[in-house]
Amino acid sequence: MSATDFLSILPLLIISASAVIAMLLVAIKRNHRVMHAFTVLAFILAFGALFLHPGQLPYVIAPLFVVDAFALFNTGLILVAGLSVLFLSYSYFEQREERKEEYYILLLLATVGGIVLVVSQHFISLFLGLETMSISLYGLIAYLRARERSDEAGIKYLLLAALSSAFLLFGMALVYAESGRMDFTGIGRYLATAGSVPVGVVAGFGLMLIGVGFKLGIVPFHMWTPDIYEGAPLPVAAYIATVSKGSMLVLLMRFYRDIDGYEYTILWWVIAIIAMASMFAGNWLALLQQNVKRLLAYSSIAHMGYILIAFLAGQAAGQEAVMFYLVAYVITSIGAFGVLALLSDKVRDAEDLEDFRGLFWRQPWLAAIFTGMMLSLAGIPLTAGFIGKFYIVAAGVDAGLWLLLVLLVINSVIGLFYYIRIVAMMFQPLDAPQRKPLPFFGIFALTGLMLLLLWLGIYPSSLIAVIRDMVLTMG
Amino acid sequence: MILFLFILIPVVGAFAAWLSAAAHKMLPRWIALMVMVFDLALAAGYWLQTAGSDGWYVTFVQPWMPRFGISFSLAMDGLSLLMVVLTFFLGVLSVLVSWNEIKERAGFFYFNLLFVLAGITGVFLTMDLFLFYFFWEVMLIPMYFLIGIWGHSNRLYAALKFFIFTQAGGLLMLLAILGLYFVHGQNTGTFTFSYFELLNTPMSQEMGRWLMLGFLIAFIVKLPAFPFHTWLPDAHTEAPTAGSVVLAGLLLKTGAYGILRFVLPLFPEASQFFAPWIMLLGAIGILYGGKLAYAQTDFKRLVAYTSVSHMGFVLVGAFAFNELAYQGVVMQMITHGISTGALFMIAGSLYDRLHTRELEKMGGLWPALPGMGVVAMIFVMASLGLPGLGNFIAEFLILAGSWQSHPWITIAATIGLVVATVYSLRIMQKVFFGVSLREYRLPDLSFREVIMFVPLVIVIIWLGVYPQPVINTAKPAAVPAVAVHHPLK
Repeated sequence: MSATDFLSILPLLIISASAVIAMLLVAIKRNHRVMHAFTVLAFILAFGALFLHPGQLPYVIAPLFVVDAFALFNTGLILVAGLSVLFLSYSYFEQREERKEEYYILLLLATVGGIVLVVSQHFISLFLGLETMSISLYGLIAYLRARERSDEAGIKYLLLAALSSAFLLFGMALVYAESGRMDFTGIGRYLATAGSVPVGVVAGFGLMLIGVGFKLGIVPFHMWTPDIYEGAPLPVAAYIATVSKGSMLVLLMRFYRDIDGYEYTILWWVIAIIAMASMFAGNWLALLQQNVKRLLAYSSIAHMGYILIAFLAGQAAGQEAVMFYLVAYVITSIGAFGVLALLSDKVRDAEDLEDFRGLFWRQPWLAAIFTGMMLSLAGIPLTAGFIGKFYIVAAGVDAGLWLLLVLLVINSVIGLFYYIRIVAMMFQPLDAPQRKPLPFFGIFALTGLMLLLLWLGIYPSSLIAVIRDMVLTMG
Repeated sequence: MILFLFILIPVVGAFAAWLSAAAHKMLPRWIALMVMVFDLALAAGYWLQTAGSDGWYVTFVQPWMPRFGISFSLAMDGLSLLMVVLTFFLGVLSVLVSWNEIKERAGFFYFNLLFVLAGITGVFLTMDLFLFYFFWEVMLIPMYFLIGIWGHSNRLYAALKFFIFTQAGGLLMLLAILGLYFVHGQNTGTFTFSYFELLNTPMSQEMGRWLMLGFLIAFIVKLPAFPFHTWLPDAHTEAPTAGSVVLAGLLLKTGAYGILRFVLPLFPEASQFFAPWIMLLGAIGILYGGKLAYAQTDFKRLVAYTSVSHMGFVLVGAFAFNELAYQGVVMQMITHGISTGALFMIAGSLYDRLHTRELEKMGGLWPALPGMGVVAMIFVMASLGLPGLGNFIAEFLILAGSWQSHPWITIAATIGLVVATVYSLRIMQKVFFGVSLREYRLPDLSFREVIMFVPLVIVIIWLGVYPQPVINTAKPAAVPAVAVHHPLK
C-alpha cells in the first residue's frame, strides 16, 4: 500500500488507532472525563481528515475498498452521528454506577465497522465491517448490565445477529460458487454476461437479503428492533438507529448499483413487497405502543419502508432522495433519543408516554426540540423530514410508483397519529412545573441538531447541491 | 417586496410576542395587536392605491430550491388582495377577542395566532405550487396548538381530528402537485413549480382528471364539503374564540381560494367534467349542513354547521363557470368570514358571561344585553340572507349565476335559504327572546367589544348596500377561471 492509500482511508485509520489508544488509556487510569474528551477529539480529527483526501475520486484500493464521493459523504455522516451520540453519552453514563470507560472503546470499534461498510466493495470487507460493528454492538447494548432488560437485549441481538451473519455468509458463498467473484463490480460483470440469473445466484441474493434486512430492521426481519431499542442504553439505541442502519443501507445501495440490480424485476418486486410490509407493520405497531422507545423502534421500521420506495425509484433522483432522507433521519433519530436520554434519571429511562406529560411547561426548550423531531419524523414543513418526504414522493412520482406512493400517503397519516399524540402529551397541563438543570453537552448537541433540522427544512439547497454532485459523480 | 412584508411582519411579530411574555404578561397581546393593525393598514392602503387597476399588481420572486425549479414567488391580484385584507381584518379582531379570554401562557398563544395568520397570508399570495403546499401545511401546526392547548374540554380529540383530516387531504394534493410537475416537465422540458408556467400544461384527459381530484380533495376537506365536514364542528366547538374566528373566517377560505385559483384554471377540462357532481355535493352540503345546524343545542356547534351549509354555496358557485357566480363566490368568502366570525365572537362573549354554550340554558337575554342582542340580530339576519346585508348579495349572485348552468341544483340550493332562515331565527329566539330562566344581571358590551363589533357591523352593511368596490377588485381575477370554459359551452 502506498502513502496515498493510507491517506485516503485516513479517517478509518484514525478511528482504529484511537480505539487502541483508548484501551491503553483505560489501562493507565480510569477517568470518564478524559476518555470522553479523547473520543470526541478522535471523531473530530477523523472528520477533519475527510478533507485531506488526495487525488482523483473514486480512488480504489484494490480489491477491498473504494473511496468515492459517496463513501466520503457517508463517512462524514457516520462521524457526525457518532459525535452527536458521544455528546449525549457523557451525562447519561455519568449518572450511572457502572464502569463507564469501556463504552467509548466499543463505540470507536463500532464506528470502525461502520466506516468499513461504506467504503467496501468486496464481500470480505463487507463481512469484516459488519462483524466488527455487530460484535461491538453486543457489548454496547448490554452495557448497563445491572438493568433488567439489558442482558436480555444483548443476548437477543447476539443470537439474531449471529444467525443473520450466517445467512449472509452462506449467501455470499453461493454467489461466489456460481460467479467465482467476490468484488461487487465483478459480480455485476458476471451477471451481465450470464444473460439470465442462475438459480444459485438468486438463492444467494435471497440469503444475503436476510442478512441485510436484519441489519436494516425491515419486515419480516424486524422482530429484534423494539426489544433492542428498549433494552439498550439510550445513546446506543440512537447509534443503532442511525449508524448501524445507515451504513448497511449505503452498502446495499452500492452493491445494488454495482450489480445493476434494477435490471432484475424479481429483485425489484421482493424489495417492493418488503417496503410495503415495513410501512404498514411499522406504523401499525407503533400506533399501539405506550412506550416511546418501542414507538420509535416501530416507526424506524416504517421509515426504512419509505426509504426503500426512493431506493426502488432507481434513477439518480431516487438515490438523492435516499441520501437526503437518510441525513434527515439521522438528525431526527439522534435528536429524539437524545431528548429521552436527557430526561432520564439515575433509576430509569424516560420512556413511558406519561413521562412526557406537561413537558412543555417543565422544560420548554427540550419539549420544543422533541416537537421539532416528531414533526420532522411526521414530515411537516419547516423541518428536514418534510423535504426528505417531498424528495421521496418526487422520486416516486417521477418513476411512476403510484401504488407505493398512495400507500406512503396512507401510512404518513397513520404515522401522524402517534407522533402528534406525543406532542399533545407534552402540552397537557401540569400542576407543579419543576425544572431540573440539564447537562450542557447534551443541550449543546441537541440544539445543534435542531438548528440543522430547521436549516435543512428551510434552505435545503445547500445539502441538495452536495448530494447531487455526489450522485452524479458516482458513475 | 410589500408582499414579502405581509408575511414577514406577522412572523417577526409572532416571535416578538412570544419572547416578550417573559418581560411582562400584558406585552404579547399589545404586540400582536400592533402587528395586525399595522399589516391591516398596509394592506388597506395598498388597496386604495391600486383601486381600478387590472391583472397582477406586484410580484416577488426569489430562487429557493433551483434543483427542483422551486422559487419563493409571491404575486397579488384582486382576489389575493381581498383575501389578504380580510385576513388582517379578522386578525385584528381575533387578537381583540382573545384580550381577556387568554390568561394562561399568553406569549405562546399570540405566537401561534400570528403564525397561523402568516401562513394563511402566504397561502393567499404564493404563486409557486411547492410554496403553496408549504404554507398550506405550515398554518396547520399553530392551529393545532391553538385548539389543543387553549381549547375547551374535548380539545385534544378535536385538534387531532382537524390535523389528520387536513393532512391527509394535503398529502393527496402533494401527490397531485408532483404529478403535474412531472407531466409538465416531460411534455415541455422545463421542470418548474411556477403557477404561471403550469397553466395550460398539455396533458392527457385521464391524467388531468386524476390530478384535479388530488387538488380538489384537499380543498373540499378544508372547505369543508359534505362528506368531509365532520372535523369542522369538533374543531369549532373546542377551539378558543379566536381559533374559531380564524378557522371559520380564514382557514375555510383557503379551500375556496384553492378551488378558484388552482383547480379551475389548471384543470379546465376536468373541472368541466366533474362540475355537476361537485355542484351536487355543494347542494347536499347546503341542505344537510342546514338541517344539522337546526338540530344543535350548542351555540358554537350550530354556527359551525351553518358554515358547512354556507360553504356549499361556494362549491355550487365555483363550478357554475360564469362570472356572476364567480363574483358571488368571492363575496361569499368575505361575507361569510365576517358574519360567522362575528357569530363566534358573540358566542365567546356569551360564554364569558354565562359560562355555557347550551341554547337550552339561555333565553330571555335581550333585557339584560340589549347591545349584544342588536349585534347578534344583525349577524343572524346576515346569515339568513336578508337583503341589505352582505351575505344576500353573495348568495344572490351565486344562485343567479348557477341557474344558467344547472337549474335543478340551483333550486335545491335555494331551498337552503329557507333552511337558513329557520335555524337563524332559532338562534335569536332561543338566546335573546323566549322565557328567561333566571333574572340575569349581566354587563352589556364593554368598550373592547364595541370596538370589535362596530367595524364588523359597518363592513357587513357596507357590503350589503355598496359591494361594487369588492366586485370591481375581484373582477379581473375571474377571467382565467371563467373565460377558459366559454368555448366549451
